[in-house]
Amino acid sequence: MAKIFETALYPYRRHPDQDAPAPVRHPVIVVGAGPVGLTAAIDLGLHGVPVVVLDDNDRVSTGSRAICFAKRPLEIFDRLGCGQQMVEKGVVWNVGRAFAGEKQVYEFNLLPEGGHRRPAFINLQQYHVEQMLLDRLRELQAEGAPIELRGKSRVSAIGTHPDHVTIEIDTPEGSYDLEAEWLIACDGAGSPTRRMLGLDFVGRVFEDNFLIADVTMQADFPTERWFWFDPPFNPDQSALLHKQPDGVWRIDLQLGWDIDKEVEKRPENVIPRIRAMLGEEVDFALEWVSVYTFQCRRMERFRHGRVIFAGDSAHQVSPFGARGANSGIQDADNLIWKLKLVLDGAAPDALLDSYDAERVYGAEENILNSTRSTDFITPKSEISRIFRDAALHLSERHAFARPFVNSGRLSVPCTYDGSALNTPDALPDGPARTRPGSPCPDAEIAGGFLLDRLGGRFTLLAIGVDATPVEAGDIPLDLITLASEGALLDRYGRGLYLIRPDQHIAARWPGFDETAIREALSRATGNTP
Amino acid sequence: MSLNLQPNLKSPDDAYAALLEAHEGLSKEESDALNARLILVLMNHVGEMEVIRKALEAARE
Repeated sequence: MAKIFETALYPYRRHPDQDAPAPVRHPVIVVGAGPVGLTAAIDLGLHGVPVVVLDDNDRVSTGSRAICFAKRPLEIFDRLGCGQQMVEKGVVWNVGRAFAGEKQVYEFNLLPEGGHRRPAFINLQQYHVEQMLLDRLRELQAEGAPIELRGKSRVSAIGTHPDHVTIEIDTPEGSYDLEAEWLIACDGAGSPTRRMLGLDFVGRVFEDNFLIADVTMQADFPTERWFWFDPPFNPDQSALLHKQPDGVWRIDLQLGWDIDKEVEKRPENVIPRIRAMLGEEVDFALEWVSVYTFQCRRMERFRHGRVIFAGDSAHQVSPFGARGANSGIQDADNLIWKLKLVLDGAAPDALLDSYDAERVYGAEENILNSTRSTDFITPKSEISRIFRDAALHLSERHAFARPFVNSGRLSVPCTYDGSALNTPDALPDGPARTRPGSPCPDAEIAGGFLLDRLGGRFTLLAIGVDATPVEAGDIPLDLITLASEGALLDRYGRGLYLIRPDQHIAARWPGFDETAIREALSRATGNTP
Repeated sequence: MSLNLQPNLKSPDDAYAALLEAHEGLSKEESDALNARLILVLMNHVGEMEVIRKALEAARE
């Protein structure tokens, strides 16, 4: 059977644009059909914004690559209409364990409270995620959504102008030009768009190599994230074991700096390492092998006029914490509603500067966390190793030392504290987790879950207070009234919330005040500075 | 007063990062000296001989 990533899912087809007498202009062009580009395209399609997606390939990514999809991106996929398939196919997990040598030193549960539709994490190979996004995209196309996906279409030149972008596209049948009012570059860490525009991408290189091996085996390890510091089977280095669907396990082994990558990737060198870890009696087969190094870095700005960067093209982190693909999907979630309002003339293009501010803030948080984890896993100085080993040593006996053990602080959405779109908190005694800037925490409500009722549009959420619909001109504003009880009371208290289309909280008040709502909505859409 | 061996820091990651940052760029000898000074400062802050004795025991285990 051909593997999914060996199938051309969106083969090159000649498009009338290639024979047009002059370059055709599109409202939005997305470069790259990875998880971030596809998320952006589906969101645009749902908003009715015509979008062309270009990719130099015509299939999903080879190898499992990103495998940990966090709760927040799953909630975003729910909003886009494809979260359920992913959760059904994925391996659900909430618990992680860290070992020093053979002893467990730390255990965490990422979702200790109930009343959430989605788990803390699922493990699902990136190619499955991409395929499910493609399925959703095809479904929306069939319903008439204006999304176009062009395979084997490589952007080979780019020109920027005050009100549009010009690009040259190479295809198997030669090149043609297109214009876009807005271009979203989701073309990965090596972003050709970024390179062609000569933009910066600076940060820290970590001098270490890691071997990723995906193996198929029948094994009875629990569905948890297991991390080892200095295990007997990989002395002085780290190791990670994680379950994926289809009987595939992800094994990640630290190798050190002075190695020959090509030599390490050879099966005759990989197999003994895996055997040492799993034991002689376990039968396994190698599915995919890769050796990687990593960097923590970001672009200084994610918006450059009419070109906007999202995902790995804008920021890169170490894999400990699953903060790569997960943050890219949140980039798209943050960007698309803003772009829609700007294209409709309902918001000034300065609203897009808030994408830059908010997602740079998110990237900084991810880089900080992933850098700290990496410094703990691979100490960069003798003293740093001494403290690390001391923390591990103490954590065997003493609870206080366990929170120091850092095998990755796993992806959670950031709260946009200080964002210009927030209205100062008028409910300061309300729960801190729902202050303006926060992502809405889910809660079980009569007939389902809160987050299934929110998103895509601005919403007034009245919890235990009276409210009436507010007519807000160009900007649709929904009203949902719920009783203040159970998890909702615990997480939101009693008050009126203004929720953005990306399910982040823009403002909250103790009660209904139409003038205040209009002002907050104006601020949240960049219409009032 | 007894020695608290339960988690007691609001943000352990921030505290740990601050500790490593203080050592950044120091030689091993300088780091050892910094650690010695730090221990003396913290011992004084604790102030209770009984607690210090228990901390010494925990560290020697």
